[in-house]
Amino acid sequence: MKAGPGYAIWMAALAVYAFLYLPLAVVVLFSFNDSALNAEWVGFTTGWYARLLHDRDMLQAAANSLIIAILASSIATVLGGMAGIAMHRYRPRLLPFLALTPVAMPEILVGVSLLLFFRQVLDLTLGLVSILIAHITFSLGFVAVIVRARLAGMDESIFEAARDLGATPWAAFRRITLPLILPALAAGFLMAFTLSIDDFVITFFVAGVGVVTLPLQIYSMIKVAVTPEVNAVSTLLMLLTLSVVIVASRFAPDTLKART
Amino acid sequence: MKSLGIFTRQNNYMAGRLARWAVTLPPSLYLLIFFLLPALIVVAASLREPGEFGGLAPLGGVGGLTLESYRFFFGDTIYLEIFAKSFFIALLTTVICIAMAYPLAWLIARSPKRRRELLVLLVILPFASNLLIRVYAWILLLGPLNLLYTPFAVIAGMVYVHLPFMVLPLYVNLATHDLALLEAAQDLGAGGWTRFWRITWPLSLPGIFAGAALVFIPVLGMFAIPELLGGTGDLLIANLIKEQFLDNRDWPFGATLSLLLTGAVLAVAGLTTLAARRSLKGALA
Repeated sequence: MKAGPGYAIWMAALAVYAFLYLPLAVVVLFSFNDSALNAEWVGFTTGWYARLLHDRDMLQAAANSLIIAILASSIATVLGGMAGIAMHRYRPRLLPFLALTPVAMPEILVGVSLLLFFRQVLDLTLGLVSILIAHITFSLGFVAVIVRARLAGMDESIFEAARDLGATPWAAFRRITLPLILPALAAGFLMAFTLSIDDFVITFFVAGVGVVTLPLQIYSMIKVAVTPEVNAVSTLLMLLTLSVVIVASRFAPDTLKART
Repeated sequence: MKSLGIFTRQNNYMAGRLARWAVTLPPSLYLLIFFLLPALIVVAASLREPGEFGGLAPLGGVGGLTLESYRFFFGDTIYLEIFAKSFFIALLTTVICIAMAYPLAWLIARSPKRRRELLVLLVILPFASNLLIRVYAWILLLGPLNLLYTPFAVIAGMVYVHLPFMVLPLYVNLATHDLALLEAAQDLGAGGWTRFWRITWPLSLPGIFAGAALVFIPVLGMFAIPELLGGTGDLLIANLIKEQFLDNRDWPFGATLSLLLTGAVLAVAGLTTLAARRSLKGALA
């Protein structure tokens, strides 16, 4: 029997890889095209990137996205870290359901339920705060899973040793647990950051009219017209999330799989 | 000193209980308030009447609870048709994803261990990009071909966005197959296709069902792809929901639609889990 896969399967797999990458390559390529139409190659330019720097709406959207992503992922890291430790050590019954269901549900259902809650129950004006709360809700579970995976790979005896030597739970946490899960927390933070900065669907429902994030800005641009400026901002955003995700997977190798 | 030892132990026991609550309570409370409670409010909202200026009618007003939204849904075949169409699109997307993911997953699973990681990474990487960017890419590709705003564009976008959800579980499944089975079949004279349909395919069913749930469910809830790539006739459940909440402002009907979608999602999740379990038993028998 042949050990390697057959020639036909190689070709089919290559075609699927091309299917995955070709569309994105077109986006990147045309961001350097010296033509307002995304139709044929005219010449090389970085003009669309320069134009981004003067697009006030775009810059404001980027600033909003950045602020929300930093705050949301910081809080999600603290809460998700707690949830990860709790799920590993105390096996609570409700918490895994609460943390993982928002991840598995279609995003639109999370967005709609939060919209109803914010407007009808809290009577909150939609904006930065509502977006922040929503982003923490859906990224908390990702951090929890990454932290729990890290703890599951640990030798339990070091925690027992600390306890036997009389360490208080707080001392054991600070001197042993925290240093051990630090890489997972870093990976979880970065993952939550990319999820927040990329989120479109849930943000779309809870953003209201005042605050625009980067994906919302891209959405309204796509709806109106196709311009290479969208290609340029897309390329930059891809570059950003890609590098963050790669750094994150250095801290915790399974992070990427958690994301998809 | 011994008494002191007992004293600290007692203290540690108390502190241990405190630690347990300190890590369990904050995330649980947060999610109870900002996930479970909102989800339950959708149920309540579906039983209310729409307010005069959108939203829900004020509580304690004329109307209490009503099944009006549900009556409205089942009273007009158009909504059932949209549900049926959404299921059809989700099914078609799932089948195409299986066909495209299989050779890729097979190739990755049969590659040397060192190369596997890279090949998996190459499947995941495009998905580190924003959903809108991936949809926009298809606007660019299909626009010049005059295929934009067609059902074809919707399917292409759906498959593109959800393909890795099929590749990954299928790869994980295929990597566990015992290759000795295939060799034994070959020794007994089974050809390539027979070996595939009689051994590899049935063994891979649990992976396929796992992937099917991961593709089918998000497709049912997707509104951006039909909206940006499809024509006016290609709208699905999620578009209908979005319309109720943001354009029509009939929130009770939107909540009703959301609940029906949730029911559909739970049914699909349940059925695929059941099917995966059965196929696992079948493969082992």
